[in-house]
Amino acid sequence: MSIVEILPRVRSFRLPRIDGLTQWIVPLVILLVWQAACVTGYVPARVMPAPTDVALAGWKLLVSGELAQNIWVSFWRASVGFLIGGSIGFAFGLANGLSQLSSKLTDTTLQMVRNVPHLALIPLVILWFGIDESAKLFLVALGVFFPIYLNTLHGIRTVDPQLIEMGRIYGMRNSELFRRVIFPGALPSIFVGVRFALGIMWLTLIVAETIAASSGLGYMAMQAREFMQIDVVVLSILIYALLGKVADSASRALERLTLSWHPAFQKH
Amino acid sequence: MTVQQSLRLSHADAQVIDAPVDFEQALATQARRPAEQKSRGLSLTIRGLRKSFGSNEVLRGVDLHIPAGQFVAIVGQSGCGKSTLLRLIAGLDAPTVGTISFGEETRAEDIRVMFQEPRLLPWASVLSNVEVGLGTDRTSADAKARAESALTEVGLAEKRDQWPSVLSGGQKQRVALARALVSHPRVLALDEPLGALDALTRISMQQLLGRVWHDQTFTSILVTHDVSEAVALADRVLVIEDGRIAHDINVDIARPRQRGSADLAALEGSILRNLLGPGADATGL
Ligand SMILES: Nc1ncnc2c1ncn2[C@@H]1O[C@H](COP(=O)(O)OP(=O)(O)OP(=O)(O)O)[C@@H](O)[C@H]1O
Ligand SMILES: [Mg+2]
Repeated sequence: MSIVEILPRVRSFRLPRIDGLTQWIVPLVILLVWQAACVTGYVPARVMPAPTDVALAGWKLLVSGELAQNIWVSFWRASVGFLIGGSIGFAFGLANGLSQLSSKLTDTTLQMVRNVPHLALIPLVILWFGIDESAKLFLVALGVFFPIYLNTLHGIRTVDPQLIEMGRIYGMRNSELFRRVIFPGALPSIFVGVRFALGIMWLTLIVAETIAASSGLGYMAMQAREFMQIDVVVLSILIYALLGKVADSASRALERLTLSWHPAFQKH
Repeated sequence: MTVQQSLRLSHADAQVIDAPVDFEQALATQARRPAEQKSRGLSLTIRGLRKSFGSNEVLRGVDLHIPAGQFVAIVGQSGCGKSTLLRLIAGLDAPTVGTISFGEETRAEDIRVMFQEPRLLPWASVLSNVEVGLGTDRTSADAKARAESALTEVGLAEKRDQWPSVLSGGQKQRVALARALVSHPRVLALDEPLGALDALTRISMQQLLGRVWHDQTFTSILVTHDVSEAVALADRVLVIEDGRIAHDINVDIARPRQRGSADLAALEGSILRNLLGPGADATGL
């Protein structure tokens, strides 16, 4: 059989699956290479446990209920912190995007605070809150605030003024103008902020839980380090990666749903 | 046959015939809107109108009366203040000095504007974009039906559920026209609405504009760069120069008008000469 005869069949076999599976090829290869390196002793188990060992550690923790408990605690902190910081950021973004007065009053201050790395506040936060929940929530909320604030503000300020004039010509009052023109126009930029914020949310949480917590994934990893359980350490890292991916996928799905009008999201 | 019907018929014919029109015949078939046919349009009177931006006085005393239902085209060199005048008429800006008054009391829905850019909401379907044009009637029960009939009028009924981004430039402008017409305005102000379209699309849009103006009998004020468009569509062409109306030219040519006919070309030539100033030869450029 010549290559010419095979090609069409190969194509028709691969094309429909390309979307769903292609992205997992590289992680799978890495996993296989990793396993091979550990099994052959090329990488000592002290440095890096084999994927199967990590899976085993995960299974044990799952059975004991510890894993679910820690994931839940971290997930709860992440989402509550995100909601608090995100809503405040969104509110300030709206206010400063829509009102000159509000912008004059607060924007400069916020831009100044933005230049302080929020993780640098950890010592202060521990002094204020100790290591209880509010410390973590505060840090996550603070980290999430700025990307959402900045992108909401940018989105609102860059809504096409011609569309706003059109809305006014056709008799839209402020609330309708906001609902029909300004908010949908700012939405793509707001989503950019949300995606940035999700990244910062996990980062902040990992650091905060590693330094100052008595539960959660970061705490689990630190605990494991003390007992030299390197498989659990790696497991926590992988779970963070997985949770980050889940959050990102969720925001992408929401984006596709609400921005279906956008040329970038249209199917051909 | 009613006058309306005969008008529509003669217009439909005009799009098919290629041979030069017999003007006697055209006149006999009521091609011009007869005086006794009542117009829905509003008359418009402008007195001593001036508009300055800072120290830059753009309009320096415009006096103008437009009878109800007239189709007026405004031409002039770039930057002479055509858009400024149109925005004042549409109430989008306030005059520095002078008054603009309409024949009767007006509601916001009576005066509609169309721009060179369609200004459609990209996140709303074609139909909802047209519904926007209903103004405060947007929420009424028959809003959808009215928007649909306006879309049908511009020949885009089958695109009602599409996003604007998938439409061509000409189709977007037709949606914008439907949005402007859906409230049955009595004055339609157009600022180079066809300026961004290719030549063929522009001609078919001109025919569409001419037809809806005939059918709905509103007062129409069209700013354009294209003198041939002005003489093809308008009853009257105003040339703006130095912030004033320098020439006020009646287009006394029967409708339906035939593109490229000798009368239109002659008038177009003389307006172009006016525009370019004395000494310039418009045809020799
Ligand atoms: N909002 C504004 N602020 C300041 N100057 C303005 C404003 N709008 C218009 N102008 C000035 O007024 C003059 C006339 O502008 P206008 O847009 O009315 O010209 P135009 O005749 O429509 O030109 P074109 O044919 O290029 O569209 C220009 O010199 C322009 O710079
Ligand atoms: Mg202009």
